[in-house]
Amino acid sequence: MATRILKSLVPAFLVFAALLALGADKPSVRIGSMDSVGPRTVEKQTQTSIVRDYLQAWQSLSRALAQNHAAALDDSFTGIARDKLADAVRDQANLGIQTHYRDRTHNLQVIFYSPEGLSIQLLDNVEYDIELREKGKLLGTQHASSRYMAVLTPTESKWKVRIFEAQPLDVSGH
Amino acid sequence: MRGLRTLLLVVLSASSLSVAQSSSLRIPAHVEAGTPFEIQTQGSGAAVLYIIGPSDALRRNVQLGESVAFGSDDLHNAGHYSAFIVGGSISDSAQFDVLPSHQPATLSFLAKPSRLPVDLSGGISGVVYIFDVFKNLIIQPQEVSFRLSVSDAAPQSRTVTSHEGVAWLKMNSASRAGVANFQATAGNVEERRIIQQVAGNPCRLRMNARESGDRVALETDPVRDCSGNAVPDGTIVTFTETYAGNQSTVDVPLKRGVAKTELPAHKGALISVATGVVLGNEIRLSGGQ
Repeated sequence: MATRILKSLVPAFLVFAALLALGADKPSVRIGSMDSVGPRTVEKQTQTSIVRDYLQAWQSLSRALAQNHAAALDDSFTGIARDKLADAVRDQANLGIQTHYRDRTHNLQVIFYSPEGLSIQLLDNVEYDIELREKGKLLGTQHASSRYMAVLTPTESKWKVRIFEAQPLDVSGH
Repeated sequence: MRGLRTLLLVVLSASSLSVAQSSSLRIPAHVEAGTPFEIQTQGSGAAVLYIIGPSDALRRNVQLGESVAFGSDDLHNAGHYSAFIVGGSISDSAQFDVLPSHQPATLSFLAKPSRLPVDLSGGISGVVYIFDVFKNLIIQPQEVSFRLSVSDAAPQSRTVTSHEGVAWLKMNSASRAGVANFQATAGNVEERRIIQQVAGNPCRLRMNARESGDRVALETDPVRDCSGNAVPDGTIVTFTETYAGNQSTVDVPLKRGVAKTELPAHKGALISVATGVVLGNEIRLSGGQ
């Protein structure tokens, strides 16, 4: 009887474990209040889409650098940011290396929304892990903390990252 | 003895601030984009040094115990970098940051709108992102001067300090219509945008009537805004004639600053003129049919 109960619980446990594993891969995200960003008010819908599109950009970045596939950037990056990341992908491909970025935590703060609504700037204190591989062989891993500054601009369907630059945690533009 | 200890502590803390190090690598904690720097390796034997960041990737064969020199062409892009050193028995890593240069080289200047009425408070916005020669956003505060000038009028100038790479402001449009130069300057870099300032809404509207047989010819005075600028041709002026409980209306676009039309001249008819939210004078016809 006990064995039958245990057997019936196995599929449920597997689903739970899979969900847990999926959840573990998702970064934890903290978002600062956008109520007094200025000069333009950040509408609720914009707040949601800006965070969603920025976090998706990290996934695109991760995919592009892990697979050395610059086209993976197109969905989330544009302009200078896209060009620079594509350069890194090209460098990596030339060297025969891949890097796996796994963002673990984001602490987001929107700091500027331009008066005409054409650019929004955010700071992200992010923690991530990097794996370096050469021809598939793991060469090293590292845990990093940095402060990313991103400027996003609206496109037809979503916000895309136009400027993407990490700053040292101890240096700020204040 | 106490002084020596304090000095030692100061030296130790200063070195830990300025150098990112692991057991095998000593790297300056901060490197300016496009400047040469060195990474000192420890140990012995051959190894490979990898420098990776989201914008650059480098690989160098190194001899442990020697320093590895990087030239001004090697790392241009500001960001957080990881250095991995991998040798026969060694695998180590460190991190460092590449900072933008402090010298502005390009400005991304967004001026909006490209066309607006005169005398509009806060009607013009200017946003400037400041980049160095490698297109890194310069996050250190920079003075940005904005200047809005129209011919035959005193320019408006303001200086704004950038914050996290961006400087912005709002300005009033000038009282004189015409082409305005909107200029942003940071360091030796200047960007210019053109803004067309057009006359505002008509301020005052007056028509004259000249009866001729069974028709009355109507013509406005030149239509101007409250600053004396001619309202653009094409602006619609509406003439309305009310007679015996009936109303007839004619919409006429301004041509060379005035609107002209003809209406039937009914004796006792009341003719009024309007454009936008401005009502002009009324004329009651004394002659006509």
